Parts: sequence; C-alpha cells; structure tokens
Amino acid sequence: MERIEKEVIVNNSQGLHARPAALFVQIAQGFDSSVKLEKDGRIVDGKSIIAVLSLGISKGVKVKLIIEGEDAKEAFSQLKNFLEKNA
Amino acid sequence: MLKIKGIGASAGIVKGKAFYFSKEELLIPRKKISYEDISREIYRLEEALIQTRKEIINLQKKISESLGYEEAKIFESHMLVLEDRMLIEEVIKQIKSHRVNVEFAFYQSIKKYTQVLKGLDDEYLKERALDIEDVAKRVLRKLLRKDFLSLEGFKEKAIIVAHDLSPSDTALLPKSNILGFVTDVGGRTSHTAIIARSLEIPAVVGTEVATEKIKGGETLIVDGSEGIVYVNPTAKRIEEYEKKLSASKRVFLHISKTASSQTKDGKKVILSANIELPEELDSLSFYGAEGIGLYRTEYIFLGRKELPSEDEQYKAYVNVARRVKPHSVIIRTIDIGGDKFLSKPEVPHEFTPFLGWRAIRFCLANPHIFKTQLKAILRASREGNVKVMFPMISGVEELKEAKKILRECKEELRRERKRFDEKIPVGVMIEVPSAALTAEILAKECDFFSIGTNDLIQYALAVDRADEKVAYLYEPAHPAVLKLIRSVIRAAHTQGIKVGMCGEMAGDPLFTLLLLGMGLDEFSMPPPSIPKVKEVIREVTFQEAEKIVSLVLNFSTPREIEKFLQEKLKEILKDNYNKIFIS
Repeated sequence: MERIEKEVIVNNSQGLHARPAALFVQIAQGFDSSVKLEKDGRIVDGKSIIAVLSLGISKGVKVKLIIEGEDAKEAFSQLKNFLEKNA
Repeated sequence: MLKIKGIGASAGIVKGKAFYFSKEELLIPRKKISYEDISREIYRLEEALIQTRKEIINLQKKISESLGYEEAKIFESHMLVLEDRMLIEEVIKQIKSHRVNVEFAFYQSIKKYTQVLKGLDDEYLKERALDIEDVAKRVLRKLLRKDFLSLEGFKEKAIIVAHDLSPSDTALLPKSNILGFVTDVGGRTSHTAIIARSLEIPAVVGTEVATEKIKGGETLIVDGSEGIVYVNPTAKRIEEYEKKLSASKRVFLHISKTASSQTKDGKKVILSANIELPEELDSLSFYGAEGIGLYRTEYIFLGRKELPSEDEQYKAYVNVARRVKPHSVIIRTIDIGGDKFLSKPEVPHEFTPFLGWRAIRFCLANPHIFKTQLKAILRASREGNVKVMFPMISGVEELKEAKKILRECKEELRRERKRFDEKIPVGVMIEVPSAALTAEILAKECDFFSIGTNDLIQYALAVDRADEKVAYLYEPAHPAVLKLIRSVIRAAHTQGIKVGMCGEMAGDPLFTLLLLGMGLDEFSMPPPSIPKVKEVIREVTFQEAEKIVSLVLNFSTPREIEKFLQEKLKEILKDNYNKIFIS
C-alpha cells in the first residue's frame, strides 16, 4: 500500500473543464488506487466527474494529487503527466 | 414574419396564438417511503441509469454518424455523470436517510451539485451545470416513466406547437381549445395527423424546426392544405389568408346527408365513421354517417393510473351503441401494448416498434385486461347493433384464441346473469400481410373483415410511417397494396362475409372508384370525408368502377395509378372535381 501526496501545476490549456475533466476521471478510474484532488483546502473524489468539475480548476492553478493504493505510483505518474501536458 | 414549410396533414386554415407544448417541465413528486421500499427505490435508480446509458449510446452513435466522431465526444462526459460514484452514493444516502422516493432524491442530489457549479465564477463551468442537468432530465424521465407535460397556461383557444405528440399527450389535451397543430416530426399518417383530421382542425407536421422557431405566444397562420406555417405574419399576409379562409368556408356539403350512398346503377355501399373520442359522435349525423366502422377504444385507457373497470367501459360503449342505433358500431379491442402498461398505463410512443408486442398480442398475453373489455362490449351489445373486432391478427390461431376468450366471457356473463347479444358478430382487422394472404382461412372463422390500410401499407412496403426519411415510400397506390386489398375482398366474398375498410385510404376520394370497383362493402372514415366519397359513388356506375380496377391493375407504379385515377375522376365529376379535392 502506497500513498503519494504531491502538488502539480495544471498546464492543460482548458484547465479541468468538461473534456479534460472527463479524460482525467477516465484515467483515474483505470486504477485501483483511490484518487483525490485538493484545491484551496477542498478535497474531492478524483473519480467523480461532478466533483472534479466542482473544483473549477483552470490553467495555471496548483492542485494536490492524493493517491493511495497498490498502483499509486503508476497512477500518479499518468495523472501528473496529463495535468502538466499542454494539450 | 417567418415562413415554415412542413407536411400538410389536415386541411384547412386557421389563425391564432401559438401554445408551446413543452415536455421539458418535469414535476418531481416527493413521497415518503417505508423501510421495505428502500431496496426497490435503489433498484429503480439502477434501472433508470442503465436505460439512460443505452439512450445516450444510441444518441452518440447517431451524432457520430451525422456530425462526426469529434462532435459525439461530448457525450463522454454525459456518460461519466451517469456513472458518477459520488452522485449515486449521494442519491442512495438520501433515499436511505430521508426515506424519500428515488425521483426526489435524485433531483435533490443533482441540484446540490449543479448549484455549486453555477456558483463558480467561470462561464464555462456554469454551462457544464446545464450538461449535467440535461443528463439528469433524461434519468428523471426514465424514472417518471413518461414525459411530464406542462399544460400551464393552456386555458384559451390556441395552436399547439410541439416536437411530437404521442397518443398519451393528445389524450391529456382539452380538445375544444385546440385551433390547430404544428409539430417537428410526423407524416400524414402520424397520430397527430389522424387526430387533427378527426377533430377537423388544420395541422402541419414534419416541419423539423417549429419548436426551435416558435416559443409560444406568437401569432400563427397554419395552412394545413399547403403545409405552411407563418409566424408573426404581416398585415398583408393576414388579409390574404382571411380571403382564402372565407372561400374555404363554403364547404362542400351540398349533397344531402339523407341521399343514399349508391352508384348510378343501384349498388349500395355503407359509408361509416371512424371514431376516436366521444366528442365526435355529434358529427355522425351532420355528415350522414351510417354507423361507426371503427370505434377506437384506446382513449379510455390513456392518461390515467388505473385500468378502467368493466362498468366504466360498459358505460362508454353502451352510450355509443345507443347513439348510433339502428346502425352498427364496430368496436375494436384495444391496440396498445408495451411492457410498462401494467405497472403504469403507458401508451406506446409514436416510435414504438409497430412490429412489437401490442394489440391482440398484448391482449392475449393479458387475458384479464382483455376479458374486462370483452365483457363490457358484450354487455353493451344488447343495447344496440354492436360488433367486435380484433386488431393485428396475423394468423388463424390468434383468432381462435381470441374467440375462445370471448366464449369464456359469454359464459361468465351468463353465470352473472347479465344479458348480451348471443350472436355478436366477430370481425378481424386485416392489417398484417400474413392475414391478408390467408384471408380465406380467416374468413371461415369470422363474420366480417375490416381492412386497416395504414398498417397494412407500412407492413407490406416495409415503411415505418413515423420515419420522415422513408415517408415518401408510403404509397397506398402501390400495386402490391392494391393486389392485397383485392385478394382480401375476393376471399371474403367467396366465403360469404362482408368487407369494410377503416384505414385512411377509405376516406380518400382518389381511391373511391378503385375500392368500389373491387367490391368493398363498407367505407369507414373521418366523418368530414363522407360527403366527398359519397359524391364520387353517386356519379359512377358499378360497372364503370369495375372496369377501372381491371385497367389499374395493369399499371406498374403508384405514380401512374394515381395519375390515371385522377384523370378518371375529372372525367366523371367534371366541375365537382375541384370542390372535392380543393377543400
């Protein structure tokens, strides 16, 4: 069991809106680990599209990824890549 | 001023205010539930989510085919909403802790999250809240099992503008307040068109854009003859239409209603009425109908929560039987179906598979519903000249099965010491090609036929009449259809029974010569068509009509046949031709 907690700057040009949020959730759902997103002290379930959208993450914002589980490492690296990628 | 083109589905012109008939307003009932109901409510949630998922996948597929893969991608986030754990857990939590029905719990949970999104200082995310609401509406519609209609404000006479109207929608509408119909979808044989013709109000269907352009409150001119709708017409246009309106009021009705419907050489046919609602009974004598050739009973079952009782049905049927006496009324047993019917009287939507579980198939599978209706019909039979008819019969076994149930009903009534007509005539609606082709076998087992051309045509030509894209293939004059009709009439006459027709074709004067010549005994139609058909019949001899049949059967396309029939009619009717075909 592994727990990773790290901050990431969102570089995706649309922030985490609709399509990017959907993709983020889809990636997160592909892992057994729990995925949480924290922004300004609010922590939400990273596998819930409604929750992710409700954070209102736009480009340049700093968020914290909190991932816990067997495949936490792989999950973290994929999600971090996705958020930092300037798509 | 805006001009919208559609399909003229019911003739006439009307000017009035638009009433936008919206299906978007969902009324969410709040109900307390007991502990035992919790698992049922959760199950309903799962079912609704699965159904909505299917719906969205279909939609996605359609959009992907028509607009491209990229456009269809927006549905991915819709799908994620459906699968959203947080949302689903929230709904289940509310059901369990607040003991409320799933509709209410779902609605509350959605509201909670969309309000968060709407509160964010981000236009883009505010719009995403609308996406979530859109998905939520789909789920709620599934939970509520039907579209809830907003009839708020429909208090004065208005023109109904809707995307589509299902039989259950029209059942809810106050008929006397409707001036006309305008819909996005549908064709000449759609439910809206049939209702409009029976109520004698103009209708333009298949406009595709009406609900996009009309929001309610606008002044409209609906020209059901030309298939045109004017939105906020100019003063000049209104004046023009008022002239046209007064001209069309000189309705063609000079044929006395008492004149006999017989040919010049004395062949008599029966011209009867198709009736859907009791309100239409008054028009029978006005147009000179000799009885009712098709009494559709579905309206008794629509727009309500419980099934109508035997007594309630009896009252409706006996009222009609007494009113048309000494003429006969053919009561068709219900043509509804669908698996939701029993739990909540759902009516098949206009797009339900016509090849599905409905009519006699549904009735044979639900003998208690069928028997209640048959017993009510039987009891009404002693008060008038009542005949019973089974729809959608596809083979003789179904007919035998239905007759067996009818015998059981008679037996039960005898035990209950209730009287009825022991010899009530039993008929078969011929609307499935297999029935048409085995008419001789069926004729040995029943007392009369009535050809239902609307369905017969669509089954024979494999054309879904609700689909605008293939509507052009729906051809009553197709040689295959004409051959089927002729063979049904022949088979019936060989076995010594009478044949009527209750489809749209029977009321279309263009086909009167042909059907007359084939030997059709009874023409049943919307009452306003009766004087027109009568005029044609009174102007020809049966011999002439027979000759026309033999000539028509040599043509190879519907186009040639219609053209030929039109020319013949002009020849026979001379000046009266325009009166019949223009009004």
